[in-house]
Amino acid sequence: MPSADAEATEETPVDQARDSLLDALSAELGDALVASHRVPGRDLWIRLDTAAWGDAADYLRNRQRFRFFEWLSAIDWLPSPFGRSHGAVVDEVDTDDTGDGDDAEAAGPVTGANGFTGGDTRFQVFARVYSLTTGIGLTVKADLGDDLTVGTWTGSYPGADWHEREANEMFGITFAGHPGLRNLYLPTDFEGHPMRKDYPLMARLVKPWPGIVDVEPMPEAEEGEPTTGSPDPTAPPDVKGVGTEGPGGS
Amino acid sequence: MTDLADRRQMAYIAAQAADARVNVELEAEGMNLNIGPQHPATHGTLRIVVQLDGEQVIAADPMMGYMHRGYEKLSEVRTYPQVTTLINRIDWLGSFANEVPFILGAEQLMEIEAPPRARWIRTVLFELARIANLTLFLGDMGVQLGAVTPVFYAFRDREYIVNQIEAVTGGRFHPNFDRIGGLKDDLPAGWIADTKVALGEIRDFCDQMEDLLVGNEIFEARTRGIGVIPADVGLSYGLSGANIRGSGVDWDLRRDSPVGQGQGLAYNEVDWKVWTHPDGDSFARYWVRLQEVRESCRIVEQLLDGLPSGPIMAKVPRIIKVPAGEAYVATENPLGVMGYYIISQGGLEPFRVKIRSASFSNMSITPWLLKGAYVPDVITILASLYFILGDIDR
Amino acid sequence: MSTMVGTLFGAEFAYWQTSGFRLLMAFVAVLLPAGGTVYLYLFKMVSFMQSRLGPMEAGPYGTLQLVAELGKNVQKEDIIPAQADVFVFKAAPYVVLISTFLLVLVVPFGPDAVFADFDTGIFFALAVSSVSVIGILMAGWASASKYSLLGGLRAAGQLIAYELPLVLAVVGVVIQAGTLSVQGIVTSQAEGEIFGWGGVGNPFFLTQLVGFFIFMVAVQAELTQSPFDMPIAESELVAGYMTEYSGFRFLMFFIGEFATANIFAFLAASLFLGGWSLPPFVADALFADGNFSPWMNLVGPAVMGGKMLLLTFVIYWVRFTYPRFREDQLQSFAWKFLIPLALANIAVTGLLKVVF
Repeated sequence: MPSADAEATEETPVDQARDSLLDALSAELGDALVASHRVPGRDLWIRLDTAAWGDAADYLRNRQRFRFFEWLSAIDWLPSPFGRSHGAVVDEVDTDDTGDGDDAEAAGPVTGANGFTGGDTRFQVFARVYSLTTGIGLTVKADLGDDLTVGTWTGSYPGADWHEREANEMFGITFAGHPGLRNLYLPTDFEGHPMRKDYPLMARLVKPWPGIVDVEPMPEAEEGEPTTGSPDPTAPPDVKGVGTEGPGGS
Repeated sequence: MTDLADRRQMAYIAAQAADARVNVELEAEGMNLNIGPQHPATHGTLRIVVQLDGEQVIAADPMMGYMHRGYEKLSEVRTYPQVTTLINRIDWLGSFANEVPFILGAEQLMEIEAPPRARWIRTVLFELARIANLTLFLGDMGVQLGAVTPVFYAFRDREYIVNQIEAVTGGRFHPNFDRIGGLKDDLPAGWIADTKVALGEIRDFCDQMEDLLVGNEIFEARTRGIGVIPADVGLSYGLSGANIRGSGVDWDLRRDSPVGQGQGLAYNEVDWKVWTHPDGDSFARYWVRLQEVRESCRIVEQLLDGLPSGPIMAKVPRIIKVPAGEAYVATENPLGVMGYYIISQGGLEPFRVKIRSASFSNMSITPWLLKGAYVPDVITILASLYFILGDIDR
Repeated sequence: MSTMVGTLFGAEFAYWQTSGFRLLMAFVAVLLPAGGTVYLYLFKMVSFMQSRLGPMEAGPYGTLQLVAELGKNVQKEDIIPAQADVFVFKAAPYVVLISTFLLVLVVPFGPDAVFADFDTGIFFALAVSSVSVIGILMAGWASASKYSLLGGLRAAGQLIAYELPLVLAVVGVVIQAGTLSVQGIVTSQAEGEIFGWGGVGNPFFLTQLVGFFIFMVAVQAELTQSPFDMPIAESELVAGYMTEYSGFRFLMFFIGEFATANIFAFLAASLFLGGWSLPPFVADALFADGNFSPWMNLVGPAVMGGKMLLLTFVIYWVRFTYPRFREDQLQSFAWKFLIPLALANIAVTGLLKVVF
């Protein structure tokens, strides 16, 4: 049981475990495993071929003993057509004080990145399973073709039922073989797929976020001099110094 | 982009759609009984359509969405510090615990580590949130079974903990206290001594519940052997927390994940035990939670005794921008495993947040579990699975 | 009996006058204890048990809360579900309340202070107590609500199951007293002797302890109070057969429920605790002709009130402490435990009656 190696969560042994897991996965899955990504000592991502998605559940659960089903959902990689709600103004004010040097990239729309394991399509389905015996979680992704159809996981993980229903209504993805792909949250005759990036968040469009209406250069922005230990050096930046109170700021 | 008139038009259409028919009736033999959305046992607006043969359930179909608030979508238009305000409201009984995995995920992406004191206080508040959440369950289970008195004791003694949380964070229900890189504030003076008194009250409460409910023959008759979940079935449905530990699975992310063991939370610093129960029935789930509250008291007491000194905030940029990347952090929340999958594209706000809430998965087993149960057992099973509606609907 | 008032005050009254007085007293005997125990126990005692204060605003210590509740319920809209069977729906609370009033008829409050002293009094009481089942079934069926229907059917099944132990528990007392008249049972307790010593009479709970236990358990079930409150089961069936009732009709169910609790407590006191009689050594010291002094018609109700408060306390205490059974568990408890126990009790009582 994981209790035994709970003490030994240094990076090396866990990393070895992930390496060998990845080797096993690529050996077994072969071409179906399109890409993978590792953050040593922390996590593991794999991307599967769309066609292999449905059968992968059975393999992961019964052969690799990923018994615990965490969740399943989807990603819409389309850059939001409505712009970034925390407006470019703040982005401009913020110089490169974070040291991560990605300001140029962040200011403009990000395209084609598709996250850690890459990918070519707008929609990706992703899920996460966890192995109690090794204590390793695995994030599995797959690209979705134009028909937005992918195999269901409900056969191996019955818990995927509701998650797939949610992904279906929120993103419009069809899970072939799902026993009852009804709406989970939304009314039955709801039109549209709210979690898609091109579905407008009406509250924001009708009444723009107060924090970005009158953005001025922050009067007291001492160019990235964070103070530590004092009560609140990192209060929400967008409301502080702007002079408007956002409803989320309290 | 659409112009303003179009926006109003779209808002109107969206509102119409939301108001539209929400009823879905199952068409089948037997009597359909709507448990909910307004029902005393659903503590919220869960609706379960059960198909009855006499008092026996043939099929059960939970219907959610009466409280869906779209936090995943809303998170995409908020900065990271603003998101904690939203996610506080997911599991509203143990709010602080909701913030922790999100903040830890953002910290992972930014490669910031909170200073030790912040990690310890985080763990303390995390456990206090667990106590505040589970004490209410311990009393509420009595109400669901018809004993109305325990819940009053639960509210009475929960107050001690809520007061302590308020003393630190200023918020009784929604602390919004966790920050990327540490905590908003340090502990107030005299808080540690007060908290120990409060923990004493909680211990007394646990003893009281043990006398009042666990030792009661009727309680045992109503819960033993009701809603048995085999461990393997539970895992493939994604059950977690006390629900799966009640089925004998010795698994607790506080102990079994690096996040619980020092990379964010300080459970490796204290001596504690993961409780399990082999039976997998409603009684086992109640019993495990009872022991967990006691264990939490132990954890908090030890943490308070060894609280390190030092700053409570790491060096964090003034405007929080999270580098592009993906991270998933899950913690053992009061209701079970809660995790946030954060995809950042390097902006002020997350590109996509997938919220893995415990109750959603815990409840997904109900169609399987309720089959063949009697109406009173439906209530027992729902109560023992212990869901918070905000945690299902998000 | 028509001289009940006359004896006490040395004056004769016409038949209509005593009848009117009895009618008035019947309302007092039903409503006063109901109001008193609801305030004392339901509002206050239970609140203290549950670490809260209960009503505190209406009147000193909330004593006028009942008036406020009455006003609230009377002014509420009387909602009748669209698909309800209107006449049956409206009539149901009255049926329940009538059974309560019929029940009080046979309860003696003093040597002469009894509404009707039937020779078969206890038989009558147990018979009319079942009438409330009809009212509950009517309410459950006529509401056109699934919750109400489930609650009504549960109530019917439960009340029928618990009639039997109730009756069987009384049989022991009847055998011992040798009479079916409640007044006769009280008298035989007051005049009874324990091994030749008549200082405290012979309250039957001493000899009929098992019967007393069964009676109280059955009463708890008959009243649909926790742990036998499945017909109401607020966490399952919202409010069972009362779900669709509002305002004044709900109030009538409410009064019926709590008044019946008191009257069953009165009955239990009469059957097992010596009824209105004082312990003979006290009574003999107070009055020349002991327990049968006319003054006992005034003292008796107070004695009954005290015993009723004691028993009602137990009823409420249990009610707010225990979780509820499941319907099938309740049935098996009645049929597999209480009824065999009651039968054994009867057998032993009969045997001892013959032997001694």
